[in-house]
Amino acid sequence: MIKIENLHVSVAGKTILKGINLEIGEGEVHAIMGPNGSGKSTLSNVIAGRDGYEVTQGSITYKGRDLLAMAPEERAWEGVFLAFQYPVEIPGVNNTYLLKAGVNAARRHRGEQELDAMDFMQLVREKAKLVELDQSFLSRGVNEGFSGGEKKRNEIFQMAVLEPSLALLDETDSGLDIDALRIVAKGVNTLRAANRSIIMITHYQRLLDYIQPDVVHVLADGKILKTGDKNLALELEERGYDWVREEAAA
Amino acid sequence: MSEVKQERKPEEFTNRDYQAGFITDIDTDTLPPGLNEDVIRHISAKKDEPEWLLNWRLEAFRHWQTMTEPHWPNVTYTPTDYQSISYYSAPKSQADGPKSLDEVDPKLLETYAKLGIPLREQEFLAGVAVDAVFDSVSVATTFKGKLKDVGVIFCPISEAVRDYPELVQQYLGTVVPTGDNFFAALNSAVFTDGSFVFIPKGVRCPMELSTYFRINALNTGQFERTLIIAEEGSYVSYLEGCTAPQRDENQLHAAVVELVALDDAQIKYSTVQNWYPGDENGLGGIYNFVTKRADCRGARSKVSWTQVETGSAITWKYPSCVLRGDDSVGEFYSVALTKMRQQADTGTKMIHIGKNTRSTIVSKGIAAGFGNQSYRGLVRIAKSAEGARNYTQCDSLLIGDKCGAHTFPYVEVKNPSATMEHEATTSKIGEDQLFYCQSRGISEEDAVNMIVNGFCKDVFNELPMEFAVEANRLMEVSLEGAVG
Repeated sequence: MIKIENLHVSVAGKTILKGINLEIGEGEVHAIMGPNGSGKSTLSNVIAGRDGYEVTQGSITYKGRDLLAMAPEERAWEGVFLAFQYPVEIPGVNNTYLLKAGVNAARRHRGEQELDAMDFMQLVREKAKLVELDQSFLSRGVNEGFSGGEKKRNEIFQMAVLEPSLALLDETDSGLDIDALRIVAKGVNTLRAANRSIIMITHYQRLLDYIQPDVVHVLADGKILKTGDKNLALELEERGYDWVREEAAA
Repeated sequence: MSEVKQERKPEEFTNRDYQAGFITDIDTDTLPPGLNEDVIRHISAKKDEPEWLLNWRLEAFRHWQTMTEPHWPNVTYTPTDYQSISYYSAPKSQADGPKSLDEVDPKLLETYAKLGIPLREQEFLAGVAVDAVFDSVSVATTFKGKLKDVGVIFCPISEAVRDYPELVQQYLGTVVPTGDNFFAALNSAVFTDGSFVFIPKGVRCPMELSTYFRINALNTGQFERTLIIAEEGSYVSYLEGCTAPQRDENQLHAAVVELVALDDAQIKYSTVQNWYPGDENGLGGIYNFVTKRADCRGARSKVSWTQVETGSAITWKYPSCVLRGDDSVGEFYSVALTKMRQQADTGTKMIHIGKNTRSTIVSKGIAAGFGNQSYRGLVRIAKSAEGARNYTQCDSLLIGDKCGAHTFPYVEVKNPSATMEHEATTSKIGEDQLFYCQSRGISEEDAVNMIVNGFCKDVFNELPMEFAVEANRLMEVSLEGAVG
């Protein structure tokens, strides 16, 4: 699905990522863990195509294509989805309207017919149930006045509607109480599919109790220092990150 | 709603009377540039006006000569030479106009195409001399008959002067006096046409009135005069303007609009203004210096102004309400967009005189490119206005970093029982918002449109539905290329 090779990225002249190598196959779920400031969010932003991140070296190949050459919306059309750590509010813009525009832009891109309002509403209602999102959220402004938990649920709801091939969940668990976490995790688990890869970025192993990853990576100091299975996450929970650093330095 | 649809297709109008009247004007009545009492006498004579109106014009002119052009608005422009303007020539004379669409600025045509205006209509709007090939069914006539049945008068003001002189004399200049301000005085002296609306007691006007229906109003000049009278318990919704850019050789557009609402009457006045804004470098374009005022004379009367201003090089206008009647209500909903080198100084005045009068102001300003705009609003609570209330919200949205938005709220409260609320925000379309939309598959340009339309929603909701759709579309066309 995606192959990242020797990726170096700097932001405002400061090097954040210092040679990332990562390959994720179809249907795999990878967790990327690491301390604050390790470059986790930078990685997800670079994959989604946010401005202000300069790739100084390396490449990202997505479905055999050069991902870095694509505009952010084009990446979305091709199935890349980022669930934001801090979803923004867009006052006055209807939540459903935004999604419909996104879905239909992707359909146009693929040469498919656009969904009409009726079909779209049906799709949206169905998907809203998946994350137990109240129908009233559909007609509200994008994230306007949503609580932290509601915003995160809205992100997973959008993921459900947009049906991406590669979903990046950037600290989707942060700020969620245990019930909300369960709902979000349930949504994500329902969306696991053989043709859909997921990258979860998180500080805490807690999320991984609910969504079991195939692979766990430790990102620190701009590099992936260790890769393992879900037991690595448990070990991190117990011992912290320093031992990984020491091991890597040795 | 079917009437509203018809109005958008001038090709369905019969064009005969219009053509005839027009050509006569061109042949005989283009006055050389310059303004003096003889010019005013000539205009008045040409229109066969009664003595009182000529004297009214002359008085306005004499007053105007003693006045100086206001310079307090937050705009800069080359001053107008009032002696270089011709005050009685059809502004879009077919003789001077382009002979075919080939002679029309391609950029203008591009915009028409984007707005989805049919070719025939494009010719019409661009002032091309079109032969009278229009359908012979007169929508306007059918429509007038329908109104006549309920006693509504809707006609050019010059016709009203001829047919209903006592009504015109009773109300003309009672809301905006001849000497009110520099541009209103000039308008009073030289106005050549405009609309007249009279809704009799207890009548709810059966359809939305629009200047479109008055064929001869399509080409009204730069000094229109509109007078709307709503008698006791009546209601009217009036739509003004055109979402398609009208081209105008004349630089100055100084209109006056007067609304009178008697007891329990309601007037809803909606404007979509998209005059030629000039080019990217600020060359050309309309100076839109307009005086609009409503007199809520009667108890429990209500006037709502809704405006979407996207055109003109310079806009200077403050649709206002004088809340004289007890429990009367004034509303002002505005979206103003300035892009390229456009400048706007716009807002409202709410003058509370009667008891328990209420006013609401919602102003949304959007600046892009090198556009500069100011909200200027006055809320005055007179000593007599026991229990008056005002709510003001003015928000500005900036696109890019070369534009400017300013807010000048004036508040004068002479009665301690008044309740005043004021909210103001200035925001920039954030990189975050744009990226969020893009990551959902929406292009940057569509994202900007979406965000701007969301910003304007409170105001667009006040527009009649058809107008709201067009306002949305107009915003999109206007914002094209504003980002990036």
